[in-house]
Amino acid sequence: MSVPNSKSNRGSGVTLLGTLKFLHAGFAEGILILILFVFFVVLAFAAPSFLTLNNLSNLVRQVSIIGVVAIGMTLVIISAGIDLSVGSMVGFSNVLVAILMTHGMPIIPAILITLAAGSALGIFNGVLIHDGRVPPFIATLGMMTAVRGLLMLISDARMIAGLPRPFLNFAQINILWMPSLFFVWLVVIVLSIVITTLTRFGRNVFAIGSNAEAARLSGINIRFTLYGVYAFAALASSVAGILYTSRLANGIPTAGEGYELDAIAAAVVGGASLMGGEGTILGTVLGALIIATLRNGGNLLGINPFILQIAVGMLIVAAVLVDQLTKRNR
Amino acid sequence: MRDIRKSFPGVQALKGVSLDVKAGEVHGLVGENGAGKSTLIKILMGAYLKDAGTISIEGKEVEIHSPLQARSHGLMAVYQDVMLARHLSVGENFFLGKLPRSRLGLVDWKKISEVTRETLEELDLSIDPRMLVRRLAPAQQEMVTIAKAVYQKSKLIVFDEPTALLTNEQVAELFTVIEKLKKKKVGVIYISHRLEEIFAICDRVTVLKDGELVGTSRVSETNQDALITKMVGRSVGEMYSIQRPQPGEKVLEVLGLTREPHFRNVSFDVYRGEVLGFFGLVGAGRTEILRCIFGADRCEAGEVKLRGRRVTIHSPRQGVRAGIGLLPENRKTEGLAMSLGVDININLASYDLISRAGFVNVSREASRARGFVSSLNIRTPSIKRKVRNLSGGNQQKVVVAKWVSRESDIFIFDEPTVGVDVGAKLEIYKLIEMLLAKGNGIILVSSYLPEVMGLADRLLVVYEGAVTGMLGRSEFDEEKILRLASGIVNSGDDVKA
Repeated sequence: MSVPNSKSNRGSGVTLLGTLKFLHAGFAEGILILILFVFFVVLAFAAPSFLTLNNLSNLVRQVSIIGVVAIGMTLVIISAGIDLSVGSMVGFSNVLVAILMTHGMPIIPAILITLAAGSALGIFNGVLIHDGRVPPFIATLGMMTAVRGLLMLISDARMIAGLPRPFLNFAQINILWMPSLFFVWLVVIVLSIVITTLTRFGRNVFAIGSNAEAARLSGINIRFTLYGVYAFAALASSVAGILYTSRLANGIPTAGEGYELDAIAAAVVGGASLMGGEGTILGTVLGALIIATLRNGGNLLGINPFILQIAVGMLIVAAVLVDQLTKRNR
Repeated sequence: MRDIRKSFPGVQALKGVSLDVKAGEVHGLVGENGAGKSTLIKILMGAYLKDAGTISIEGKEVEIHSPLQARSHGLMAVYQDVMLARHLSVGENFFLGKLPRSRLGLVDWKKISEVTRETLEELDLSIDPRMLVRRLAPAQQEMVTIAKAVYQKSKLIVFDEPTALLTNEQVAELFTVIEKLKKKKVGVIYISHRLEEIFAICDRVTVLKDGELVGTSRVSETNQDALITKMVGRSVGEMYSIQRPQPGEKVLEVLGLTREPHFRNVSFDVYRGEVLGFFGLVGAGRTEILRCIFGADRCEAGEVKLRGRRVTIHSPRQGVRAGIGLLPENRKTEGLAMSLGVDININLASYDLISRAGFVNVSREASRARGFVSSLNIRTPSIKRKVRNLSGGNQQKVVVAKWVSRESDIFIFDEPTVGVDVGAKLEIYKLIEMLLAKGNGIILVSSYLPEVMGLADRLLVVYEGAVTGMLGRSEFDEEKILRLASGIVNSGDDVKA
């Protein structure tokens, strides 16, 4: 096959597929922004309460926590891995930070210890996967189960109440009419865009995800990179777990159940490839927003939640389907 | 096939190509990569849909919309990477999808064995039908594919670069089988970059260039020079003529390198400005030796000296930092990150040099990539283009750029021209010339004898993991080299084993 030298999309015409191809070729996130925009316009007209500050800040509060988890997941997926343990990590850090604080530890040390413990579990994932050569799916499936067991053990499977007031207030305050959780998400977004686009670590993650053997033979440190990827995912989950604690005011042993699948869904809708080497933070952010908007809007319109669930499922498949169709013959 | 047209977004891959094959004829198809050979075959095999044109079989016009239809019309293709179910037996592969059943509804193993053995014997192949395909050598797997095509009564079999992974002996065996196909009145389309093969086996040959038909002629009425001129507009004489500088100091010295069971007690040295050829049959241990030096595999014993200093290289990272660049045999699985851009691939081995405190100097990244795209003449519309979308020759140049940009001292080229066309070959030879002029040492592994003989200053021959000869340019002799490579050693020959 020779290389097309011109960028023209001959023969695509004004068909829908042609338009999609054009958007896809020019700016991969274009379609997602378009979809989100259409959702907003439709919902603004169909549900009067949608475009209210109250609802939007509620939407953002819902999406911020899972959004942080999804960003960690995106990095893992780009490295051609998968991390099923993120939901349990959310639960673990939620319970751990609550226990530490109810036992009298000040807020800041409690948070730092929780983040460190979460990252350590992530590095353990990396050790299993790199040094133990356990497939990521299996390693993190095991960790998902084991960490959930661990948090049940330390919490005695009971809610943990009585957290310090200032900690609980954090999730309630607004900055410029937007919830504080959103700004935490924003910081994580900006940081991870920098990591994926500007750092050597980011380049290595893409290289390993695209072709691990070629990366190794180019002198890339696979061990360090994989430890970093899984530590990052676990750290992001711990941040999410702490936010969750503040938002729900309790340590809740079932916290974060099923988050791993929501996070994968956001990344996949956002264009990340489970084959590795492809994906963007912005895409995942948009993916998370689209899914959350669909759910939120559906609720406002009084759509049967089961039908909504079907719609979300179809959206995930449709995202990959469109991607495949536009890539065909390119 | 009449007047076949096909275009992809941004490029017209076939501009009205016609091709006919007679029963019992071997029809060669040649052209540079990107000339449209694969596209034409994929249309014939139902993998792509044509935009225009007609396909007729035995005079009847047919439509081929899927690989299944192609097969039902009696069309089969044999690719270099064999498409068999590796974990099943030879017999099961023959009957894949339609295993015969006995009266009890169970699989009729006896019939499978018998029919498979008969077909294999027709082609004089001694392969056990019960053998698992993955236990067979690549060459034998290819023979099984051919036998399967014969069994399925294929009218036309397409061979796409069938000899890329075969040794000379196996090629001869393949040709015997093709001769048998001719006698069975099967039509054959034979695609190869190795023009000698076209002349050895084909009746007629068709040349494609840039999606257009240049011409079809009987092989008896043409010659290699004429074909190459048609393909690229350059003559064969200048193929291997590269500028050779005066060799400089010793840059690499290897002493007693051993890794059982792959190779043992291997010693050689490389000087600046010279090409050291590595020749041996497939499986002789050439690649393994070089991977060890680079740090991709562990060695058991022996030492490596670089620029006179002893070095320990236990990982590719140490190899890269020591100044060794490895252009692996299989660029797709070992050389390139296919889903990433040209820019990232070119810089892949150099990010430690263009980063500070973990941050990539993005403008240097881009300027380095642009520099090598233009100096190595890599054809790509932008440095962001995914390497997957480049042609084979351009991909190979990206791998070269990766190591040139790292400013390595020693370049190991492992089969650099497999699967690339004549034009890209010339460009790779030009690159080798350029690297020599800069005082680099080059190790060239190639199974293609004319290539190593044409390019190497000295030639190291390996047989079953041991060095059987080291020849200077004046001692190059095809027969002698092949004898050393087959482990046949005459008394009086210069052999260090």
